[in-house]
Amino acid sequence: MSHNLKNITLKIWRQDGPQAKGNFETHVIDEITDEASFLEMLDILNDKLVHDGKEAVVFDHDCREGICGTCSLMIDGQAHGPQRGTATCQLHMRQFQDNATITIEPWRASAFPLIKDLMVDRSAFDRVIESGGYITAETGGAPDANLIPIPKPIADAAMDSAECIGCGACVAACPNGAANLFTAAKVAHLNRLPQGQAERYSRVENMVETMDEHFGSCTNHGECEAACPKEISIDVIALMHKDYRKAKFANRKDLARK
Amino acid sequence: MSLTDQLLAQNTVKLDSKIPAGPMADKWNSYKDNMKLVNPNNKRKFKVIVVGTGLAGASAAATLAELGYQVDAFTFHDSARRAHSIAAQGGINGAKNYKGDGDSIHRLFYDTVKGGDFRAREANVHRLAENSVDIIDQMVAQGVPFAREYGGLLDNRSFGGAQVSRTFYARGQTGQQLLLGAYQQFSRQVGLGGIRLFNRTELIDVVVIDGHASGIVVRDLVTGELQSHAAHAVVLATGGYGNAFFLSTNAMACNVTAAWRAHRKGALFANPCYTQIHPTCIPQSDDSQSKLTLMSESLRNDGRVWVPTNPNETRPAHEVPENERDYYLERLYPSFGNLAPRDISSRAAKRAVDKGLGVGPKKNGVYLDFADAINRLGREVVEERYGNLFEMYERIAGENPYEQPMRIYPASHYTMGGLWVDYELMTNIPGLYAAGEANFSDHGANRLGASALMQGLSDGYFVLPYTIGNYLAPMLNKAIPGTDHPAFKAAEEEARIRFNGYLASGGTKSPDYFHRELGKIIWDYCGMERTEEGLKKALSDLPALYDEFKTDLRVTGNGESMNQTLEKAGRVDDFFQLGMLMCKDALDRQESCGGHFRAEYQTEEGEALRDDENYCHVSAWQWGGDPMKPNLNVEKLEFEEVHLATRSYK
Repeated sequence: MSHNLKNITLKIWRQDGPQAKGNFETHVIDEITDEASFLEMLDILNDKLVHDGKEAVVFDHDCREGICGTCSLMIDGQAHGPQRGTATCQLHMRQFQDNATITIEPWRASAFPLIKDLMVDRSAFDRVIESGGYITAETGGAPDANLIPIPKPIADAAMDSAECIGCGACVAACPNGAANLFTAAKVAHLNRLPQGQAERYSRVENMVETMDEHFGSCTNHGECEAACPKEISIDVIALMHKDYRKAKFANRKDLARK
Repeated sequence: MSLTDQLLAQNTVKLDSKIPAGPMADKWNSYKDNMKLVNPNNKRKFKVIVVGTGLAGASAAATLAELGYQVDAFTFHDSARRAHSIAAQGGINGAKNYKGDGDSIHRLFYDTVKGGDFRAREANVHRLAENSVDIIDQMVAQGVPFAREYGGLLDNRSFGGAQVSRTFYARGQTGQQLLLGAYQQFSRQVGLGGIRLFNRTELIDVVVIDGHASGIVVRDLVTGELQSHAAHAVVLATGGYGNAFFLSTNAMACNVTAAWRAHRKGALFANPCYTQIHPTCIPQSDDSQSKLTLMSESLRNDGRVWVPTNPNETRPAHEVPENERDYYLERLYPSFGNLAPRDISSRAAKRAVDKGLGVGPKKNGVYLDFADAINRLGREVVEERYGNLFEMYERIAGENPYEQPMRIYPASHYTMGGLWVDYELMTNIPGLYAAGEANFSDHGANRLGASALMQGLSDGYFVLPYTIGNYLAPMLNKAIPGTDHPAFKAAEEEARIRFNGYLASGGTKSPDYFHRELGKIIWDYCGMERTEEGLKKALSDLPALYDEFKTDLRVTGNGESMNQTLEKAGRVDDFFQLGMLMCKDALDRQESCGGHFRAEYQTEEGEALRDDENYCHVSAWQWGGDPMKPNLNVEKLEFEEVHLATRSYK
């Protein structure tokens, strides 16, 4: 049964722009139903701020179903908050207690420059995908979908890593701001499939090198896996490293690389 | 003379659907055989703007760029991977007949026309069914990890409104996997320079010069700067308008602005009253709720819908004996049972709740029960099929659906209406195209499950790349207006005045407040059931609330940096104007069909009663300068292949 939470103190990061100085702003929510989602709490706060003639807190969000990957937020120092396997938009106030103080910050990573308040620019992820996170199959020439059977365990494993929503929690949680989990999830998705074999080694090389241009290095902390709202296993990073090494040692003439 | 013919004689806009001649099954091939082509080396001389990067937009942009056109793609999201196509759960139809259960292109075509309650354009639907087969091939080639059987072949399931298994799926995240497939193909083109991507950039106006779409005006959401972009053709793949209801399963940012601004520039808006209410959403839990969450319709494959027969039932679900439960869908529609189409299932749920039989703390839902499926298949199989949906339900509702039935209730989900387009997906403005949910063409008055993904990809991958070439070919080496043309400057100036106006309005209420109030009116009077009286009330309440919006709006912050309150104000403004048109259209259509249910027009059993004599037409509305005074134009729907029949799922 639902009940109302009382006296929630929010410490929210406010910052006008990437160059501006930021600070924490404190707001108190006197009462809120625990059925409300975390972002609905911010909606209510924003409505009040606008009503009081103040500027609303800027934060990214969209589907509120945990699938689009738009929402972010460090909540009490944890990417997407305290509930494991849950994006911020699916976090509900029933996870909190009366009189709680909740600190809300943006993703903090040098590859994700701040835009305003709690919103950051995650375009570096798109650059990684553009460099090789695809299978080249231009429209029109595809063979029948059942031509190549894919063993179910392989299809399932590919799907496990394809579930990544590109939210950036892995980068935000990583002390080095590394994007290995994000990059490896895509490599593992495509490199496991028969359709992905033709570009297997060029893909991993290009993606890893683009990743390194933007993000920090992985030192196996494992924070990314703990923060991932889709609970993608850190094993994919091993797979990426294995393929990267193979790509470097592979007979380059045979691979017809560019 | 029927009403349709009378109205046809009064049309002020010539609506040529451009349906190719010949037998239904040959029309699309015959179109492709006869269309004009642009030589591969000349394609780079043409620029095409694609607005929106969902399934339709991303697939169109990627394919056009692969062909060699210069593509400028715009999204208001931070990345092209976020559009709401991503949230589709259940699946995508494809007439592959991999199950050998009698499926065919003709059967998918027939099911879609019938599912749409005979209010769609036959030729478009047939093409959609033909393309469905190629879409599955294309997406598998892109690496979409569809569900497979142990032998390695693709798995299928069945969906509402169909008696064959033709739905391909990737767990409960089919939309996500398809969108990521299209996004990756799109991203490859961004990397290769075929597409220029403008993210966090929202369309503010469409520019029409000498009757042709010449470009767009956009607003950079980060800096607030207005910019003009000129092109040879403009594609709007900007989704539906379900957020007019405020509470819907749409994402928070989904809006009608692009389609509406095109409408104000002369594009006709067709069938705005055809909105789909999805039967399986999580019921509203409190008043601060911002959106409703859909539970995939695929759950109805194994879940059984019921309500207690006693309105005062207080026992937990599992303690209610079988003889005190009403499995009303199985009882009313024995041949389709729990898989009855969406409009029919939604209204049945509404009737049960209206009778006081609803369940849950607010008595605003019905049960969707998996106890039988768990007994029959075992928990493991149920978990494999629906595990992520069950988890999502538990996170939101705080109840475990393995142990107690889900509670569900209908919510606004999809809009069949949209910009009027001809067979080539071109609006009545030459050079302006609408694709995916933004157009009206394929679903008639009701969309079948697993057909939205199919339509988005069909339009983007397999229709626009051909039809746009047919339009561009004669324009080779002819100059087009640049962004220095006065029409661009005028559109920018108008946009500047509009946005400055929101900032300066100096009232007391937020855009969200108005959106919520607007949504309540539309849901109450133009939702699942509509009446003449209610619609008239809505049409008097809406202008009054809109006046209040114009005088009592408060937008804080400024126009020179990221300002989500300001963005919202512009979107709500357009929703107001659209809302009036929705009610006007619903009032005008004096019949019930699919998602448009007028209480005055129903059979004795309470089913939709169509009037084929007078309403077998598309209502395409023209902007008349005042949102309350649109002009009606009609396109008569002729059925050559499918016999007009009463839609029955009994």
